[in-house]
Amino acid sequence: MEHILSWLIWLPIIGMVAIAFIPREKEDVIKITAAVTTGLQFILTLLLWNRFDTNDGAMQFVERAEWIPSFNIAYILGVDGLSLPMAILTAMLCFIGIFVSWNIKKAVKGYFALFLLLDTGIMGVFLSMDFFLFYIFWEVMLLPMYFLIGMWGGPQREYAAIKFFLYTLFGSVLMLVGILGLYFSCGQTFDILELTRVAPQALQGVMWWGMSAIKVIWVLLFIGFAIKVPVFPFHTWLPLAHVEAPTAISVLLAGILLKLGVYGIIRINYGLMPDGVYWFSGALAFLGLINVVWGGLCALAQKDLKKLVAYSSVNHMGYSLIGMAAVIAASEANGLNMKAAQAGLGGAVFQMFNHGTISAMLFILVGVVYERAHHREIEGFGGLASQMPIYTGITALAFFAGLGLPGLSGFISEAMCFIGAFPVFKAIVIASTIGILLNAAYFLWAFQRIFFGELNEKYKDMSDINYLELFTVVPLLIITIFFGIYPAPFLDIISASLDGIINHVVSLATFVGI
Amino acid sequence: MTNLQSLSFFYPELILTSVILVAIIYDLTIDKSKSGNVGWVLVLGLIAVAGAVCIQENRVTTLFTNSIVLDPFASFFKLVIILATIFVSIVSLQSNELKEYRKGEYFTLLGIVTFGLFLMVSTIDLIMVYISIEIVSIMSFVLAGYLKQNTRSNEAALKYVVYGAFSSGVMLFGLSYIYGLTGSTNYFLIAKAISQLEQSANPVLLISVIMVLAGLGYKISAVPFHFWTPDVYEGSPTTITAFLSVAPKAGAFALMIRFFNQVFADGGAMTGLDYYSVTLIPWANILSLLAVVTMTLGNVVAIQQNNIKRMLAYSSIAHAGYMMLALPVMSGDSIQAIMLYIVMYLFMNLGAFFVVITVKNNTGGETFDDYRGLGWEMPLIGVVMTIFMVSLTGLPPSAGFVGKFYIFASLIKAGEEFYWLVIAGGINSVISLYYYFRVVKVMYFEGKSNESITHPPTVMSTMLLLTAVPSVLFGIYWKPIVIWIHNSLSFFIQTF
Repeated sequence: MEHILSWLIWLPIIGMVAIAFIPREKEDVIKITAAVTTGLQFILTLLLWNRFDTNDGAMQFVERAEWIPSFNIAYILGVDGLSLPMAILTAMLCFIGIFVSWNIKKAVKGYFALFLLLDTGIMGVFLSMDFFLFYIFWEVMLLPMYFLIGMWGGPQREYAAIKFFLYTLFGSVLMLVGILGLYFSCGQTFDILELTRVAPQALQGVMWWGMSAIKVIWVLLFIGFAIKVPVFPFHTWLPLAHVEAPTAISVLLAGILLKLGVYGIIRINYGLMPDGVYWFSGALAFLGLINVVWGGLCALAQKDLKKLVAYSSVNHMGYSLIGMAAVIAASEANGLNMKAAQAGLGGAVFQMFNHGTISAMLFILVGVVYERAHHREIEGFGGLASQMPIYTGITALAFFAGLGLPGLSGFISEAMCFIGAFPVFKAIVIASTIGILLNAAYFLWAFQRIFFGELNEKYKDMSDINYLELFTVVPLLIITIFFGIYPAPFLDIISASLDGIINHVVSLATFVGI
Repeated sequence: MTNLQSLSFFYPELILTSVILVAIIYDLTIDKSKSGNVGWVLVLGLIAVAGAVCIQENRVTTLFTNSIVLDPFASFFKLVIILATIFVSIVSLQSNELKEYRKGEYFTLLGIVTFGLFLMVSTIDLIMVYISIEIVSIMSFVLAGYLKQNTRSNEAALKYVVYGAFSSGVMLFGLSYIYGLTGSTNYFLIAKAISQLEQSANPVLLISVIMVLAGLGYKISAVPFHFWTPDVYEGSPTTITAFLSVAPKAGAFALMIRFFNQVFADGGAMTGLDYYSVTLIPWANILSLLAVVTMTLGNVVAIQQNNIKRMLAYSSIAHAGYMMLALPVMSGDSIQAIMLYIVMYLFMNLGAFFVVITVKNNTGGETFDDYRGLGWEMPLIGVVMTIFMVSLTGLPPSAGFVGKFYIFASLIKAGEEFYWLVIAGGINSVISLYYYFRVVKVMYFEGKSNESITHPPTVMSTMLLLTAVPSVLFGIYWKPIVIWIHNSLSFFIQTF
């Protein structure tokens, strides 16, 4: 278990190579190989959780190896309370994703090989602590994603795939400029741990084009991450990509890929530019508000169930942004309100995880009904409750989780975000409660139209959810209920590291030269 | 060094000359069906030349009374050019386009171009600049028109001649101004004279620089001297297109680096030192502007192409722009970045053209329509073409990304006046994604996937893998190349 993080990252690649050698006719062998690989990866993350010291906020299980010394590029991996839940989420959703895609018919070999490559890319981003390595993994995700949407997606898949690709690449190019700027202003290193130590001071007073370099680099990196989140107005790729992608890929997109953006902002922007946090937190909270309201309004207007779920992601990530902005509550100017900062940042990270499980569930459930009806028009159903009772029950719980009903995990994280942000951004928090209302409105209205009323004659032989589908949804549902009632185990994992981040941001911000 | 003494250091070129002569004589003794064997003579000869270049690697001296130099910088480019020529020669033997023609002269001419490029990368004298460029150009004209029965090939050759004659004429005129102002044709003497020129001479110097740039810009197909490129690249035999897009560009970049570094800067750049410009004329700004315009035009026009060969022609214009980005900095890092980019570019661009050749051998077409469903029909082609497109776009982990990364890094390091070039380069990469991935899209998302699978012939598959594997491998581990380039830079000759 010496190199557990390397194993986590490279295991899917081993699986991918294995799949490459399996003849394409043996589809079952390919699927089982993929399931075993991701299953092992999932077990490894649980093992990692088991060995993880939750009292230690620092980086753990650090691995270092030389790579390109002339450019000071190294292979550095590490895990802390921020990345551990994300790694577990990744492994879990990838494992579930394999079963969600069990009925893929077209080019099975290519699909699962690309799926595993995507898995490596995501896991790599969460675990790499060298900025160059981070960037490589960040980009490695794009190619498999492009193929998975473009080849196995819906009718508009080609357009969705290239739009997703162009948007994300645009963001990453700006990010690359920011990375190089940091590299040359902070003693020529890509080591994120080293940069976290050095950058807050090294960037003081550096000017680019007459502007503070902190602001410029912050914005460059922020746009790169914001496109992934997606923050309004960079969200337009999302509904299209989510709707066109095959179910399992929508699950990964909403469940994990969106988290990469928030993760990046907390890990990189917060860690490296504490001054930038103060400068930008108002804007961040405001963007969060727009996300909440705009996402809610758009979801309300959707006729396509999958699009509704996609816009609900925009809405849900908004809470995360508002929570993140609350970090500044712990500063002297805001009365050293450490509790609020902890609630806000903790809520943001918890919201990431909860949205990961809830949106995954929602997309799987949409996939279930699409598989049977071959359409997703909300108006086109009606009365399904009597025809598919189990499915109705599960969907009801998932929708309630999505709208933040107390007792389910989404409520706790949203409440934490609001509690944290309230002392500093009162107006924004009050305004964003409209989002909660919208949230309830679109979910309940959709539920009503699909499940209640007269049974649509077309669907009178529709079969209920089957065991394979239950197997993919039920674990997520259990997690949602469990963390809704007892969130402490999760908060234990993250709290030490997040306290470290809050202290880092608050103590190193100087307000000089920005 | 005197001429006679110089000969003993000139043996790679002498070996190359004898290979060319052997090729000509051998070609006379065999009949048309066997004329491909001349290609193997050239390949074996070039391997010997590469060996000779490697032996000389660390020698630093001027030859032939200060008209050319021998240094690791030149040796680096010679090896790159040899590699490109060997790749192209082997693929030429497989190409269906050339099947009906006698190939003896083809390979002989290719050998002579290589010889011209050898001079181009090592010249430090204006006369030799002109002679070497002409050797390369004139042989290229003939090669571009090698498909005698094909009107497009004829048109390509003619266009190439007209543009070539015009731009080299302009260049010669510019060189004459420089000679008139400084009284010398030697780089070092010119640099010394320029630093003592009066202010009033600057306008003339500026005009002469622009004129010289016309000639060099023509060779690397920089805007606005690029108009020949699409037509010539489309009409020429694809093997020659592949060759023209790599080898003469490498040679011209070597010439440009040497010229600007030693005539307008003090030569300190090569040793990694800070350099100072010996003149007040804004040659760095001119180069920046040309670079941005070149890559933007190349990328934007490439989007509209329906012929893949023509699309790759515009893409090669764009790539010339990326490489030019690092020229105005003229620091050790930026030169290193250009050299690294050329190595990476060699593999990915040759590879892309080799795919075009293979597909044309197979289906007879070069347009996007001919690539429909190709990823399913010819899996190898699909995979390697995707690799080349990823690499040309500059997505990690690929060779193209590493090349771009070094270029951008050298610009960021150089200071904030160059940041806008990085932003421009980055946005251009995003634009280029669209047309490169159109190929991937057509290959995989369109057409119907039929069950029958075609494999390209073994030699062709080998060549495709030999270009595709480095395109990925150098994106993951490129330390040896950087070390090689670093060593090639550190012994550059400054004075004599």
